[in-house]
Amino acid sequence: MKAAHYWHCFVGIQTREWLRFWQQRTRFASALVRPLLWLVVFAAGFRAVLGISIIPPYDTYITYETYIAPGLCGMIILFNSMQGALSMVYDRELGSMRVLLMSPLPRPFLLVTKLLAMGVVSIGQVYVFLLLTLLVDVEPPLWGYLAVLPALILTSLMLGALGLLIATWIKQLENFAGVMNFVIFPMFFMSSALYPLWRMNEASPWLYWICQFNPFTHAVEAIRFSLYLEWNPMAYGITAGVTVVLALLATAGFRPQRTKILGTQSA
Amino acid sequence: MKTLFKHAALATMIGLSTPGLASLAYVSNEKDNTLSVIDTETQDVIETIDVGQRPRGILLSKDYTKLYICASDDDTVQVLDLATRKIVDTLPSGEDPEQFSLHPNNKHLYIANEDDAIVTVVDVETKDVLAQIDVGIEPEGMAVSPNGKWAVNTSETTSMLHWINTETFEIEKNIVVGQRPRHVEFTRDSKIAWASAEIGGTVHIIDVDNLEQIHEMSFKVSGVNQDRVQPVGIELTSDGKYAFVALGPSNHVAVVDAQTYEVLDYLLVGARVWQLDLDKDEKHLYTTNGVSGDVSVIDVEDLKVIKSIKVGRYPWGVVIDPTS
Repeated sequence: MKAAHYWHCFVGIQTREWLRFWQQRTRFASALVRPLLWLVVFAAGFRAVLGISIIPPYDTYITYETYIAPGLCGMIILFNSMQGALSMVYDRELGSMRVLLMSPLPRPFLLVTKLLAMGVVSIGQVYVFLLLTLLVDVEPPLWGYLAVLPALILTSLMLGALGLLIATWIKQLENFAGVMNFVIFPMFFMSSALYPLWRMNEASPWLYWICQFNPFTHAVEAIRFSLYLEWNPMAYGITAGVTVVLALLATAGFRPQRTKILGTQSA
Repeated sequence: MKTLFKHAALATMIGLSTPGLASLAYVSNEKDNTLSVIDTETQDVIETIDVGQRPRGILLSKDYTKLYICASDDDTVQVLDLATRKIVDTLPSGEDPEQFSLHPNNKHLYIANEDDAIVTVVDVETKDVLAQIDVGIEPEGMAVSPNGKWAVNTSETTSMLHWINTETFEIEKNIVVGQRPRHVEFTRDSKIAWASAEIGGTVHIIDVDNLEQIHEMSFKVSGVNQDRVQPVGIELTSDGKYAFVALGPSNHVAVVDAQTYEVLDYLLVGARVWQLDLDKDEKHLYTTNGVSGDVSVIDVEDLKVIKSIKVGRYPWGVVIDPTS
């Protein structure tokens, strides 16, 4: 198999994801409504709450909007990844996933390419969101917008791999509501996206430890630190490690045959 | 040609060997009985100096060789030699000195004695008490106009500005302002005085020629209860563009257009922001944040808070030595 084949396949999957995105332009906008509501409505109420402690990577006191912006970037990727998982279940039910997997290229390559393609759309949304946060005076250093890119790619790969893993376990499309309740919400709320962890520790130490074990916390911290041009090896290390483990589990466990299609027993 | 070359080389060397020395900021830590010295270049604390009990008001001598410190609980004014950073002298001050101001003649120090309802005038060279002037109850803020004509004292309970003629040491006029006036700041040309009233939540603009109030302004910080918006320290840029007002427990500094008296922005700093000072080229404003125990640095051009520096407990006053 030549590199050209890989490239051809890579471009094909990317193009398909972009076409899908282009057909669902309103989804791009509506996916931004959720984090913007958090930023404008929720954060406004808590604006003055946070100005009581300086935490790295910030050099001074910050408004709550500034604090939650990186967490909301993570939220965008989280929801998109789970939506991507949903689309994979959908693809599988309609069989287009099988067409993809019929390719002679190695399955892990196909799946990682698919995750990257989904990530590109999410990251586009994150950048649009970051531009909009300028309106509420969230102003990271200019180079931070570039420095955050690796963290965003890593986060979208990690959450994409998680979505893929979940997709391998979901037997039917209808089960997706469970994903919302048991994956997205706990992951988002029990992380450092909305409140700094020292606050969590004051409220309840066990909750603090749950947050510490939540890989989403570390993804958000990697985004937060790199956006402010600070290096956080622990956050990066944990996010990268979890990404590798999830990707291995997901690609190894992915069985397109799992779904029952239209009542016929698949082989 | 050769000499020209030599001169050029020499000039370059001198230029290289005297890099722009960073000026130092001195911060009085009320609860630690210390001064923190901040290098304004690196924005780090480089030294902590032990001083008398409860240091509050601090100011520089006009030749920038000495720092005067109100050691409130020692009932004295201490003199710190800036070259050696050692306390070299003490001055009589009357009881519980909190704020003071030095006349442009570099000799007459006007000290507000809160418990005694007087203003004490001390000659810093002879250490003689030149006058004790009866003022309103709980005198607090103290300022001398840059032209040396007026000394103004604020009395907290009487809610007045007392205008003292510096030649006769007599009060010539009292102006009633908002509740608990704290601080007075003059423009460079001595024509306008800004006075903050902590409980009243107001800042009063006084025309010095006619000794009349020409404007009164108040503040509103979104998300902060109005009774926590308490104006204290005021700092004016010398170009007449901005006035900065420390708003105490609201944890914000107001940026005011000094010409139109319009509030342009509120900047989030540490808890209970108290006093302010600009660095020598007026690029950065330093604020003392009493409750959070730090000093915030504001970029004057961008009007952004760029850093908060941990100092001692309850930082009260800050002055920046432009020559160091």
